[in-house]
Amino acid sequence: MTVTLTRSTPAVTSPPPARVRRRGERSRLASIAYHATMITVSAVAVFPVLWVVYMSFGDADAWANPAEILRSPVTSNYGAVLRQHDGFLTWLGNSLVVAICTTLLGVLIAATAGYALSRMRFPGHRPLMWTFLVTQMFPVAILIVPLYNILSTLHLLNTYAGLVLTYCTISVPFCAWMLKGYFDTIPVEIDEAGRIDGCSPFGTFWKLVVPLARPGLAVTAFYTFLTAWGEVAYATQFMTTPDRYTLAVGLQTYVGQFKAEWGAMTAASVMISAFAAAVFFGVQRHLVSGLTAGAAK
Amino acid sequence: MTLLRRVLDRHWYAWAMVAPVVLVLALLVLYPLARGLWFSLTDANESNIGRTIGPNHIPSTYQFVGLDNYWHVLSGAEGHFYPVLAWTVVWTLICVALHYGIGLALALLLNQRARFRTGYRIMLILPWAVPPFVSVFAWRLLLNGQAGIVNKALGGLGLPAVAWLSDPTWQKVSVIGVNTWIGVPFMMVALLGGLQSIPAELYEAAEMDGASAWHRFRFVTVPSLRPISNTVILLGCIWTFNQFAIIFLLVGQAAGASSQILVTYAYQLAFSGVRDYSGSATYGALILSLLLVFAVVYRRRLGSPARENPT
Repeated sequence: MTVTLTRSTPAVTSPPPARVRRRGERSRLASIAYHATMITVSAVAVFPVLWVVYMSFGDADAWANPAEILRSPVTSNYGAVLRQHDGFLTWLGNSLVVAICTTLLGVLIAATAGYALSRMRFPGHRPLMWTFLVTQMFPVAILIVPLYNILSTLHLLNTYAGLVLTYCTISVPFCAWMLKGYFDTIPVEIDEAGRIDGCSPFGTFWKLVVPLARPGLAVTAFYTFLTAWGEVAYATQFMTTPDRYTLAVGLQTYVGQFKAEWGAMTAASVMISAFAAAVFFGVQRHLVSGLTAGAAK
Repeated sequence: MTLLRRVLDRHWYAWAMVAPVVLVLALLVLYPLARGLWFSLTDANESNIGRTIGPNHIPSTYQFVGLDNYWHVLSGAEGHFYPVLAWTVVWTLICVALHYGIGLALALLLNQRARFRTGYRIMLILPWAVPPFVSVFAWRLLLNGQAGIVNKALGGLGLPAVAWLSDPTWQKVSVIGVNTWIGVPFMMVALLGGLQSIPAELYEAAEMDGASAWHRFRFVTVPSLRPISNTVILLGCIWTFNQFAIIFLLVGQAAGASSQILVTYAYQLAFSGVRDYSGSATYGALILSLLLVFAVVYRRRLGSPARENPT
């Protein structure tokens, strides 16, 4: 906790006891300490990002000599990255296709299950919840080899379908778990009203609960999207040619053992981050409450 | 028979609604899992596994070897398991402690009434908003041995340059640092949500009773945050234990076994050099059993984590 120095408040009837102060008021010294801390920490948080933005305006050799950039900033990195054949734009497209398909599949498949788990008690309820919890903990190490072999047998390596199916191993249990948490927050009375009006359980779910759970569905979808969009391990092995790379794989190609195209790397990073951060800040308020609501119960 | 019918009558609706998920889990998780466990009982590697090259199909020739792989790994003959496990545990503990400690401190600071609070909040969340794979490359640029800004800054202070990404010990420091940088905002936001949901009356009552700032923190804030703390610490442990992208991308393929954690090491076994599928599967099975034990113990000790909705 911050140092909260006492400060007598004149409004209080005399004599003011030493402990009385209005909540949130601080002495000048404490204020300075507070802002100094916050500014330092914020600088640590922001600096790497700003540095990448700065470096993206340097030419090929600028990364070794950052001061040069101020004298002669260039935008050629952006052009080069965007023009590259089977490059940034292709990877962006691939990432979007894979992430969107994964999200849609995950939410669609998981929604009814989340509802059933939230509202009904049936044999298999507990094991299923346990399975969801356990699959959250699945290390990539145990599934990647068998999935690689299965996909290879089915000729699905290096295809969107293969990667989407792989991501479903993560997204489906995750969505079901999260959505159950959301459905739990919707009053059961709504279902009962629906049932009295003659809806089937599925009708109640579809016509009454889904519209109410729309924010929860959106947050779950967004989380799934983020996970698929940023996944590295599977994509690195399963997507083998540059025309199928996702961004997370493609970005690795700029900086390898024998080359360091930091200009291209930083320019691509800036474009990815700008896009991601814009979306992120739009929805971040809901993200944590969503995740912890899903974690409850 | 009638019993079966009654059960079916009562529950068919629920079962129908969970059926798609069960089907997907069975096909995409359980089946590969079973296959993975099977691999761990064989000597499968790149050269003896069935594969198709062009029109030719080469059948599998790997053999069942029983528990040999597990024995090989667990007896220490393989030589990497225990050091890597030890480092994984240390890495998880340090990272989660740093995430939680710094996250809580920042959440408490952000919960104070102060000017520019929103501005600070937005800046502090930024590391979470940038996709991790991008952040890692940003840090590789910053920590670069010769030209990285961090080493230049050290040089400016008259300190020697540090081999952040190539020396095994410094690799460990770097991955922890970067993981902390990436992971703190989540904890911070989660705990801030928890802090804001604590009723102000509790603090006022404590103050009336003459509780000092420390006592208010100790006896009001900490217990009120317990449900959300349990949840985020459990999640944090699992995520950190399984953290792949940061280590793989930061020190990656070049790193020796000493700075890998179990997950990245198993990945390395499976996909570099002669692909050792059975060894990797063995590691996978061991990692999963460790996590299961951890989760069961954790739930036992704390009851169901985060029973109430904390935000």
